[in-house]
Amino acid sequence: MFVLVAVGFLFLDFRATLPSEWFRGLTWLQFVPSLSHFFQALKHGWVVTAYGFLVVLLLSLLFGRVYCSFLCPLGVLKDVLGWFSAKLRKKKRRFRFAPPKTWLRYSILLAVGLSLLANSFFLVSLLDPYSNFGRFLSGLFRPAYMLGNNLLATTLEALGSYALFPSTLPHTPVLALLLPGAMLLLVVWLAVKKGRLYCNTVCPVGALLGLLAKRSLFQIRFHAADCNRCGNCVFACKAQCIDIRNHRVDFGRCVGCGNCIRACSQNGIRYSLAFAYKPKGTAGGALQGGQKGGGSSICFQKASTPPPPLDTPEQRGHNTPPPPLDTLKRRFILGGTRLLAVVGGLSLKKVWAQNRPHKKDETLPRGRSRVKLLPTHLPSPPGSLAREHFAGACTACHLCVSACPTGVLRPSFLEYGFSGMMQPFMDYSGNFCNYECKRCTEICPSGALVPLSVEEKQTTQVGVVRFERENCVVVSEGTSCGACSEHCPTKAVRMVAYRGELTLPETEPDICIGCGACEYACPVTPYKAIVVDGLPRHQRAQKPEEEALKEKPLEEFPF
Amino acid sequence: MKRRDFLKSMGAGLAIGAGFSLEALGNPLANPQAPFDLVAVMGGEPEVMFEKGIAALGGMGRFVKAGQKVVVKPNIGWDKAPELAANTNPKLVGRVVRACLEAGAKEVFVFDNTCDNWQKAYATSGIEKAAKEAGAKVLTGNSEGNYKEVSLPKGKSLKTAKVHEKIMECDVFVNVPILKHHNGAQVTFAMKNLMGIVWDRRYWHRNDLQQCIADMVSFRKPDLNIVDAYRVMKKNGPKGVSLADVSLEKAQILSADIVAADAAAAKIFGAEPQTIGHIKIASEMGLGVMELSKLNIHRMKV
Repeated sequence: MFVLVAVGFLFLDFRATLPSEWFRGLTWLQFVPSLSHFFQALKHGWVVTAYGFLVVLLLSLLFGRVYCSFLCPLGVLKDVLGWFSAKLRKKKRRFRFAPPKTWLRYSILLAVGLSLLANSFFLVSLLDPYSNFGRFLSGLFRPAYMLGNNLLATTLEALGSYALFPSTLPHTPVLALLLPGAMLLLVVWLAVKKGRLYCNTVCPVGALLGLLAKRSLFQIRFHAADCNRCGNCVFACKAQCIDIRNHRVDFGRCVGCGNCIRACSQNGIRYSLAFAYKPKGTAGGALQGGQKGGGSSICFQKASTPPPPLDTPEQRGHNTPPPPLDTLKRRFILGGTRLLAVVGGLSLKKVWAQNRPHKKDETLPRGRSRVKLLPTHLPSPPGSLAREHFAGACTACHLCVSACPTGVLRPSFLEYGFSGMMQPFMDYSGNFCNYECKRCTEICPSGALVPLSVEEKQTTQVGVVRFERENCVVVSEGTSCGACSEHCPTKAVRMVAYRGELTLPETEPDICIGCGACEYACPVTPYKAIVVDGLPRHQRAQKPEEEALKEKPLEEFPF
Repeated sequence: MKRRDFLKSMGAGLAIGAGFSLEALGNPLANPQAPFDLVAVMGGEPEVMFEKGIAALGGMGRFVKAGQKVVVKPNIGWDKAPELAANTNPKLVGRVVRACLEAGAKEVFVFDNTCDNWQKAYATSGIEKAAKEAGAKVLTGNSEGNYKEVSLPKGKSLKTAKVHEKIMECDVFVNVPILKHHNGAQVTFAMKNLMGIVWDRRYWHRNDLQQCIADMVSFRKPDLNIVDAYRVMKKNGPKGVSLADVSLEKAQILSADIVAADAAAAKIFGAEPQTIGHIKIASEMGLGVMELSKLNIHRMKV
């Protein structure tokens, strides 16, 4: 639970209260990002710090799939979902033994391995449980969380308190949320219906760790002599890996939650040293350590045909009355809720104004651009070195998207092409990159973003400015503007004399870092007069030159 | 009643009415204790110059009455430290807030619609901390829900705008800009600072920026303008690049007339007021006095 709440909060912390060290610490043990970071470090000759995945491997060899039960946020999320659904359905005997889907499971693992060899990160990103969890929280849950905050903030505001502030919601387009949304539906459905089936069939991390867990030092085993075959362990097993007929526990699928041990009143199923225990009884032995996955699966399939009666129909679809509540308390809660609802309702309109999707600029008589100016490439985040590096290291967990204070980082749909789906890019239509900020580079768990100092960040060129004179309002309307140059942190866009008092932008690409402030600020529609072309390989920008002021400060009043 | 008598009494009534309304508007000429249209101070720390300046202008009590709601609007546009002079001096903002509360203000609100990320700008500028310590309520200016559509009947290019609701709600509006170079609007002083009370600034840039800046003044003139010219960004404005852009001028201008304040600020910046588009337009629209020679100016060194 701690992992779920702590890792979950990383994705929701839009007030940026947590230091970067927390992000790194809490994601250090996440298997896929850690593995990716490890290989990136070897490849680039960095100091290797990403040993988290080795710890997970070691834990799996010793104790089984500890990662899946306690460290994987998606796994814990599934348990929470399962627990709620069981409460709602009032179903006591939740699970029954199911044969392993060995073929599917290892096909997926093989496909992930092959795709990695073919230098594609898409499949591993799509299936990695940590990254999926990140995308659910960042893309789907965070907006709801912020909306809740905004409703509360506006309600408090109406009551005269400014303790909370409303926040602008991320403007992620629906298309970019399709894949995470579909995965969420799949995960929720599987969690509610089948416990940990995703973990034991779809998840490549689960499959890999399962291979180790089968040979782990400590395992959960039947003690046939003590077992009275009541089936309680089977009903409690969310991995559906307990075959009570044959007294076998498929430890490759077991997530080590210990529910079966707690459910057993006879001490018939125990967590113990794998080699110290020799199976007793006639109905087959415990799973042999060295046995091949395929072999055991056949055995399971045979044994699985007659399922024990599990459901208790009288408990289903039967409306039990809610637990008795003290009437006074109930009235108090009701009254309070009504009061909140009234104030909240009044605030709703305001919240809607804050959170409605950004409207495109209406057609205006002035400031219309004619030349279709669009960036050639979309820039990847600072610290991502090159598109190639980023594509092969980012698992699209969207931690950077969540942590970006300006919201310039946005999950992609097909902006990077199919293989780069979901990986974040710099979207200058709604924001620009803060010159002083390097937060994303500090917190990336997978080595896709290299940590940058402020100085390095301020000379990292992720893209280069391009100005289209014909579209500029100074030329087309003959009126002052300068919004691009105003926002430019290095004055790679500066204003030079044009006509009369008017000034026109002029660019100096050498000192441009591609932060997108000019593109964001440019007021003309439908096409901007100034855009940033992303660089497939980031460059080093020159530092802007400092020129001392010529005039001395005033000594007397000039009027 | 004879026609002549009627006209006489009408005239007298109008004169008295006008006198009352002038007094209600806080016209400095109507107040014998404060004969100055504009006070210019030089040579001190921002908060000290303010104390001397506001005293010369008749004290904060002239502008803020007990129980009133006040908006203090600094420039908090950028994620820049006070030394870089991209935002109003935090010590000045803190002192102005305190003066409002000392004069009996019920609530003092501080906000700006920032250009950089607002949380970063509020923090790095030091203004959030200084204003809160002085007792102000610091609000976000970057949430569209707080902006209300208003019409500007006197506006030429800007006919409607979404303005921060606190500007409509407050009794007193105190404008505390910083004096800076601006590569689009030439300079940014008091009038240009009002861009931070509206939501859609891109509209201004598309629709004759200089005219829009002047139009906004016609919506609600600030009751008091305090132009911070302690550190002045002389080039690369309004954001600036480095300390090399900043000159330590140690000056401050206080006036109820926003156009006069900007005219004096232009002189400190080293420009003639009539060469700055929006100052000239505002003067022509009758929103204030640009000609410094026509004003009763008090100059003081600290």
